Amino acid sequence: MIPVAFDYQRVSSVDEALGLLATHGDEAKLLAGGHSLLPLMKLRLAVPSVLVDVGRLHDLSYVRDAGDHVAIGALTRHRDLETSELLAAQVPILAHVAGQVGDPQVRHRGTIGGSLAHGDPASDLPAVVLALGGTLVARGPGGERTIEARSFFEGFLQTALGPDELLTEIRVPKATIVGAAAVRNGTTGVALVNMGSTPLRASATEAALAAGASIGDAAAVAAEGTEPSGDLNASPDFRRHLATVLVRRALEEAAS
Amino acid sequence: MSILGNRVVRKEDPKFLTSGGTYVDDLKIDGAARVTYVRSTSAHARIRSVDIDEARSAPGVLAVVTAADIELDPLPLEMPMLNEKMPQPWLATDVVRYVGEPVVAIVSETQAEGADAAELIFIDYEPLPVLVDTEGALEGSIVLHPEAGTNVSFELQFGRDESLFDGCEVVVRRRVNNQRVAPCPLEVRAVAARWEDDGRLTQWSSTQAPHSVRDALAKAYGLFEDEVHVISPDVGGGFGAKIGGYPDELLIAWLARRVGRPLKWTETRSESMVALGHGRAQLQDIEIGGSRDGTIGAYRLTVLQDSGAYPRVGALLSFMTRTMASGTYRIPKVDFNSRSVVTNTTPVVSYRGAGRPEATAAIERAVDLFAAEIGMDPAEVRRRNLVPPDAFPFTTPLGTTYDVGDYGRALELALEASGYADLRKEQARRREAGEVRQLGIGLSAYVEITNGVPGSEFAAVEVRENGTAVVRTGTSPHGQGHVTSWAMLVSDALGIPIDSIEVVHGDTDVVPRGVGTFGSRSLQVGGVAAHQAAGQVVDKARQLAAKLLEADPADVVLDKVGQRFHVAGTPAVAKSWGELAREASSEPGGLSAETDFTPPGATFPFGCHVAVVEVDTETGKVTIERLVAVDDAGRILNPLVAEGQIQGGLAQGAAQALLEQVAYDDDGNPLTANLADYTFVSAAEVPSFETTSMETPTPVNELGAKGIGESGTIGSTPAVQNAVVDALSHLGVRHVDMPATPERVWQAIAAAR
Ligand SMILES: Cc1cc2nc3c(=O)[nH]c(=O)nc-3n(C[C@H](O)[C@H](O)[C@H](O)COP(=O)(O)OP(=O)(O)OC[C@H]3O[C@@H](n4cnc5c(N)ncnc54)[C@H](O)[C@@H]3O)c2cc1C
Repeated sequence: MIPVAFDYQRVSSVDEALGLLATHGDEAKLLAGGHSLLPLMKLRLAVPSVLVDVGRLHDLSYVRDAGDHVAIGALTRHRDLETSELLAAQVPILAHVAGQVGDPQVRHRGTIGGSLAHGDPASDLPAVVLALGGTLVARGPGGERTIEARSFFEGFLQTALGPDELLTEIRVPKATIVGAAAVRNGTTGVALVNMGSTPLRASATEAALAAGASIGDAAAVAAEGTEPSGDLNASPDFRRHLATVLVRRALEEAAS
Repeated sequence: MSILGNRVVRKEDPKFLTSGGTYVDDLKIDGAARVTYVRSTSAHARIRSVDIDEARSAPGVLAVVTAADIELDPLPLEMPMLNEKMPQPWLATDVVRYVGEPVVAIVSETQAEGADAAELIFIDYEPLPVLVDTEGALEGSIVLHPEAGTNVSFELQFGRDESLFDGCEVVVRRRVNNQRVAPCPLEVRAVAARWEDDGRLTQWSSTQAPHSVRDALAKAYGLFEDEVHVISPDVGGGFGAKIGGYPDELLIAWLARRVGRPLKWTETRSESMVALGHGRAQLQDIEIGGSRDGTIGAYRLTVLQDSGAYPRVGALLSFMTRTMASGTYRIPKVDFNSRSVVTNTTPVVSYRGAGRPEATAAIERAVDLFAAEIGMDPAEVRRRNLVPPDAFPFTTPLGTTYDVGDYGRALELALEASGYADLRKEQARRREAGEVRQLGIGLSAYVEITNGVPGSEFAAVEVRENGTAVVRTGTSPHGQGHVTSWAMLVSDALGIPIDSIEVVHGDTDVVPRGVGTFGSRSLQVGGVAAHQAAGQVVDKARQLAAKLLEADPADVVLDKVGQRFHVAGTPAVAKSWGELAREASSEPGGLSAETDFTPPGATFPFGCHVAVVEVDTETGKVTIERLVAVDDAGRILNPLVAEGQIQGGLAQGAAQALLEQVAYDDDGNPLTANLADYTFVSAAEVPSFETTSMETPTPVNELGAKGIGESGTIGSTPAVQNAVVDALSHLGVRHVDMPATPERVWQAIAAAR
């Protein structure tokens, strides 16, 4: 419950943050809302020697209309997504899901960038960005690059971000349909939470839908190809069962 | 008009709501260093070696201590009935028996340095076979305490009446698990200790019973009781788990003496989840028989109690389970047997209800199983078997005498308040329509025992020269509202307003004797004592006033509104409380009285809870839609305070039914050792409760009061569990073990299909 001693640096620009990351390498950790990182540090499961606090980079907190997509600053708090009128109009599923995260305290601290960079398969926002077919923008010593959400999540708590990179923006296509885990955007994207070591697309369901299957039939294969783990909350079998039920409900909601 | 019975807002709350309380960890104690325990990470192992060298020289470290360093006598048995061959050592000696058992104590300048040093300690464990389940413990191929030669820590064996169910048309049998839960007080345990220059020991403890901490310390350190000063400042909850002497709490003073510094120890939450005692943990075999007209003829309860690695009060919980086994029902024949066994798990202690919720859960489940078997409405079966109001005092076949009650009225009130008939209609509609979300209605017609362990309580009331009063009480609140309630009791007798009455508790130097706050005993023992002491002060004051007014004491009356005494009919000439206190100041003790009250017996609160749940039959998710509670705790002193107890109790009880469980894997590793994994209830999981109060005064004490601290927990758990089963009964489901998690519900549905 008491973290290992660490240095703390609060930065006022992205460049400053990148400079510190370059100096300290993987000894350093970015601190955004702290709601995933600090619990791990208190359990001494994460032991960074330098914390680079990017929490006050207010210019990375925004939700903007960028034509075909909506651009979201990585430091945007869950609460700001939840209450964003732009998201409500253009990407309602993201606003809806942000409003489901934890409790008000968590939503006022946690950031979308932190949630994605943490790469927890049990988190909500990564799955939504994945289902939406979003794009992530990162800056590192070599400049800026974009990463498709599809190839961002590499393993349990592992992402495509390098230790010297900072996530600056998340871009999500406009998609006007609300649904718990499904999004329609010409095609239908379905992503699953907690069904493997990363957030996953329910590819069998997506393929079935593309081939014209009914919602019921498409949902029935939602767990295909997944390898959920078991814990006190649910066994792998139960998770597979839940995936079919919840995907069906989400598709029905999206279709109605 | 008396203040008693009014919704008086709690006097203690402004502090908690503004500046906050002062808990042990908040205390600024000059020069205090910190204690950190290194606890076993192995459930059962021989300790080959403990390497403390590196930790000894770590920054800020003052001492690192293992069992070999401690020259104290073994800890005295906490209770005489416990098996003395299964004692918990101060620190683990050669064998560890549960994950969380303290092995090494570190003293350091700061808590952070202690946590760092702990990582430098290497304990070499040689694994021993692990015993997690109680049936394995009973079977006995692994024996945890070789000296004892058995894993049985306590038993109540009265023999089995093989003819018990003779003559019953129907007999239903079921094994049910009353799972292990963690008390989770919001304030974890904390202790500070300081040896004073005169050789006295001051210990600050987050405890429900400071005087028993004092006595335990005196025994452990060979001191007289008045050489130990225990203070419990604000205490953030206890729920039964903060009673008695945990070795890691009692050892702090020894460590303080060793390093010659005051010390402070506050457990972390992860530590608390394995080191604070757990509750419940009973495996129950229930058998119920009767006839198809709904009459229950016989009931048998056989209990296997998990007492954890070192038996403490948890080993004895079955006493209370036996006492309350047949609940609110008139059952001609009742059989009860129990065994408690040790396992490689955290010791089990008392937890809100302590043995009684287990009894209620078993009998309420049994009645529902019986009702389902004969196809009768569970409300009707209850109606037909409840002890009638004219049968009190009523003695059960196991020899418990209930004081007074009207169980039938509580049932009818609860049915009415819940709109039972309409609920059944809605349930039928959903069943007919084959809806995914089915409705379940669960009943629990409970009775419980409060102040079940005989004992007395101390109170002293004093009127000061400025006309204010102070009451000192031996009970020690940690959220129950004593400060308001005791002020009301004294105000009622004296006429002095509650804002001018100070309530002092939790300091053994100021309050000479005391037992504590647990078992819903405080008001009916400590409260009555305060009331009696106040009455004695009034008598004293009347004598004094009579002398000053040159009147016959019998003619002197107390004008409570004016807070003064005068001769009846001549109010103009009067003596105020302040004047009388000044007059009495020359006498020893001034204007005060002390009393110890021992009630003649226990009291039996009762009630009926109705839970309405919605069960999603596809996901197994249960949502509590409504919880309707009718509770009768005798005469209610302050409905607001009583309701606070009920509300918290209902939430905690519902949590056991749906959410909470302490789980271990087969190797004895705890799977729920923090609040991310242990699904502690919050306001989000429960509805607004619908409470109705009934007041049937008990003849046992002059206030007519019974205890209300645990009823909510006792009644609500089976109501919610029964509701879950009820929602699925048309599918053939007869039982779902607690907690009724989505997966368990899903499996129950699948198994019934
Ligand atoms: C009580 C509680 C309940 C919760 N409930 C939910 C829930 O229901 N659903 C849910 O989805 N989540 C939940 N969470 C997690 C919460 O959403 C976290 O806030 C979020 O996952 C992490 O965001 P953060 O800003 O707090 O990140 P931090 O904890 O600050 O950081 C997390 C990780 O991301 C890295 N990081 C942060 N920002 C960046 C960046 N811009 N670029 C690169 N790396 C970065 C950090 O270095 C760290 O490794 C809960 C958390 C708590 C404490």
